[in-house]
Amino acid sequence: MPQSLSYLRETASQTAGPYVHIGLSPGAAGFDIYRRELGHDICGPNARGERIRVEGVVIDGMNAPVKDVMLEIWQANAEGHYAHPEGGGPVEEGFRGWGRVISDFKTGEWGFDTVKPGPTPGRNIGRQAPYLNFWLVARGINIGLHTRMYFEDEAAANARDPVLNLIEWENRRATLIARRDDSGAVPVYRFDIRLQGEGETVFFDL
Amino acid sequence: MKKPGEFYQRNRALHPPALTPGYKTSMGRSPRYSLISLQNSISEITGPVFGPADIDPGDNDLLSNYAQPGESPIGERIILHGRVMDENARPVPNTLVEVWQANAGGRYRHRNDGYLAPIDPNFGGCGRTLSDETGYFYFRTVKPGAYPWRNHVNNWRPAHIHVSVFGTGFVQRLITQCYFEGDPLIPHCPIVQTIPDPDAIEQLVARLDLNATIPLDTIAYKFDIVLRGRRSTLFENKLEGN
Repeated sequence: MPQSLSYLRETASQTAGPYVHIGLSPGAAGFDIYRRELGHDICGPNARGERIRVEGVVIDGMNAPVKDVMLEIWQANAEGHYAHPEGGGPVEEGFRGWGRVISDFKTGEWGFDTVKPGPTPGRNIGRQAPYLNFWLVARGINIGLHTRMYFEDEAAANARDPVLNLIEWENRRATLIARRDDSGAVPVYRFDIRLQGEGETVFFDL
Repeated sequence: MKKPGEFYQRNRALHPPALTPGYKTSMGRSPRYSLISLQNSISEITGPVFGPADIDPGDNDLLSNYAQPGESPIGERIILHGRVMDENARPVPNTLVEVWQANAGGRYRHRNDGYLAPIDPNFGGCGRTLSDETGYFYFRTVKPGAYPWRNHVNNWRPAHIHVSVFGTGFVQRLITQCYFEGDPLIPHCPIVQTIPDPDAIEQLVARLDLNATIPLDTIAYKFDIVLRGRRSTLFENKLEGN
């Protein structure tokens, strides 16, 4: 026998189940327990950049809304910096860039307020177009799904983006691009996520 | 000097696939196309940072964090403790660990749970803590009860505590479930059995830990959590730049 490697094995994922809210967003489950729930305020009061709202619904393979989904958002600030020691630079006080979003139990609709992120460095060359990282969990999802939301009004940057260009099927790239609606006081981006079937959203193995 | 690099590729063979017909809800909620594999960029090696100001010291004590003064929930008093480590066996310190569970009767405090077992007025069913410098964490709670669920008509969930962990990079994000040694329902559970690797299932089963009990007071189970590890780069392979 050759020498053995001493790595540990990653703990396996299990579904977050229908009652994920108890642990991660107890107010949505129907009770008040913590002094402060985490993830309600993504960007804080001091964030520079354009204030936006993002709305959508997650749709299952039967074309029905997923009413018990939890989404987490991870994003850079307007300068393209993440709130992390390796995040590329400083962020505004109070900017965490992370949030938790719960769908409405009756309709499946969800939404959150934040600032539009700036472009971030690519792996090797160039810059990535602005995007929000999404992570979805729900009953029936065995391991959290990673995807990204890009912005319709960044067409030139999207056309150069190294990750969008890695998606071989050009028609599938559109599943990651949110539509912008300027009819209200704040720009609203619409980002519906299709888990399965026609127009299935691109998900990533990161 | 070695620099921290990308995270190790996730070993999908030890995780459940998206489509697991024995767990019926996965049928309509599983992507059919392959995931697109990406190497890490800055958004994957970073993730949210939490600190002591985000939580309160008593948040990890489910015996008291929702109980009326002087009262406590009904059920077997347990300590659930362990370490958060990475695949390199290094501790993951200061990371947020959150848990949620049913009460001792198998009922969740959730507006959508209609199981006939009663709500315990002294039990909320959630807790959170930060791992310490050595990756160690602990909770005090009651052992959750088994409960029936609609999949097949006679499916029962083994006693379990849901666990959510962050790590340092968003690609380490993990939600799993902790089961208890000796529970006869484990091999019958369609959700447990979504995991194709028997060793990976064993790794989700907390072990009775008699050395960590409080004698005459609280029994203990040990549950270690392993998150993805990171490469140390001997040679510069630029992760970012122009």
